[in-house]
Amino acid sequence: MTQENFKLFIPELKTSPINKQVYTVSQVTEEMKLLLENNFSNIWVEGEVSNFKVAPSGHAYFSLKDERALLAAVMFKRANRDIKFKLEDGLKVICLGSINVYPARGQHQLIVEKIEPKGIGARQLAFEQLKKKLFKEGLFDPAHKKPLPLIPLRLGIITSRRGAAIRDILGILKKGAPFVDVIVRSVNVQGELAARQIAQAIRDFEQFKEIDLLIICRGGGSSEDLWSFNEEIVARAIYNCPLPVLSAVGHQINITLSDLVADMFVETPTAAAKIIVDKKNNILTELEGQRNNLEKEIRDVVYELKSRILELKHLLKSPMERLLEKEQILDDLADSLLLHYRHYLDATGQNLRTQVARLEALSPLAILSRGYSLSMLMPGASIIKESKEIKKGDLIKTVLAKGALLSSVQEVFNDKR
Amino acid sequence: MTKDKHSFEEDLEKLQKIVDELAKGKLTLAESIKKYEEGVKLIKECSLRLNEAQRKVQLLTKKNGKFSLEDFDEEELAEEEK
Repeated sequence: MTQENFKLFIPELKTSPINKQVYTVSQVTEEMKLLLENNFSNIWVEGEVSNFKVAPSGHAYFSLKDERALLAAVMFKRANRDIKFKLEDGLKVICLGSINVYPARGQHQLIVEKIEPKGIGARQLAFEQLKKKLFKEGLFDPAHKKPLPLIPLRLGIITSRRGAAIRDILGILKKGAPFVDVIVRSVNVQGELAARQIAQAIRDFEQFKEIDLLIICRGGGSSEDLWSFNEEIVARAIYNCPLPVLSAVGHQINITLSDLVADMFVETPTAAAKIIVDKKNNILTELEGQRNNLEKEIRDVVYELKSRILELKHLLKSPMERLLEKEQILDDLADSLLLHYRHYLDATGQNLRTQVARLEALSPLAILSRGYSLSMLMPGASIIKESKEIKKGDLIKTVLAKGALLSSVQEVFNDKR
Repeated sequence: MTKDKHSFEEDLEKLQKIVDELAKGKLTLAESIKKYEEGVKLIKECSLRLNEAQRKVQLLTKKNGKFSLEDFDEEELAEEEK
């Protein structure tokens, strides 16, 4: 039956009181039930959720309302289980369902089969809601984040062994950091099993231990493809993992919950590998810097020693200089001594010459030079001072200033000169 | 797995200590030279390790709660790409 038919049907009802047709409550309710349920099956209804509650049975009861009307709604357990986000009061939704009349209460309600948040997709809403919840619990708290190792030596990677992510990472590491060992734990990275497997793989590495950094990664894809990385079990597994976790899921535009919980996240698997290469290069730079430091320090040590040696040399030089000084003084003294000695000698020499001159003046030979002569009685050669000492016939030698002569005495005169 | 896997953190710390000690200048010449040589050796070893191309890629599997490692075939990856 179409809407059009339904409208035509109503005037018929209104004209019926003339025929005095009387319905029992059950009858009219039954008619209404048929009418409504036939006409309003599988319809979309838009409204705001209010009075939401879940009964112990698992069925959810709430009202859909807008500015002027209210419609009771029920979502049975089976349908309730399938929705990804959390229903709550105030949420604007679009529901797919059928109107059902509940005769016992004379009420109609919408049996909801599917429900979607209005404006944003259900997944997006679920994501926002979970994010809010985990944030409140402190799963994204920076204080909880562990530092990454200076450089990982053994890397654990959780991804699909056949994906682009592992290929990209291994390729970059091979070129840029080939000393890093890699242990891969292969999981589904999309589909129903993915989240569970990823969470389990994280716990496996926790148990396995022998790695120093865990990378959880997947190449780019649609947000549906990446959904596993937004699942609560994955987020919690990362949060509880004692190993440092680096999340690298998808493209730049996707930020997953795994990114938010991880100790660090990068936009792509390639970026994750590059971080490791960068870390390596940083260490090489630091090593180079330390080498320069070492060179400088050892130069300083040598320089210091050199200047100390120079200082000591200087200290040693002073007494030497003093010694030289003394030597010089000594030399000077020696010089003057010599000089004095010479003076002395000269003076003495002068005196000597005077004495000699005087001596010479007194010499009988000097007298002879003035014309005097000296006679000696021969052969004894005794000097004759008086005539008495000789007699006639004696031989006498006469010494002249130059030369001598021998003569014999002719006569002696004792009384005359 | 016999590979020497002591961390670079330790080595770099050691290196910093050596530089600091040298900088203090309280060592004898012989001690200084010894420290210097020690430092240079450490730098050489670290650089060598960073440039070492002996990586291992393994696949971790778990069966009945027991872990096992097998070689990860990188060639296979490349093949698949073609």
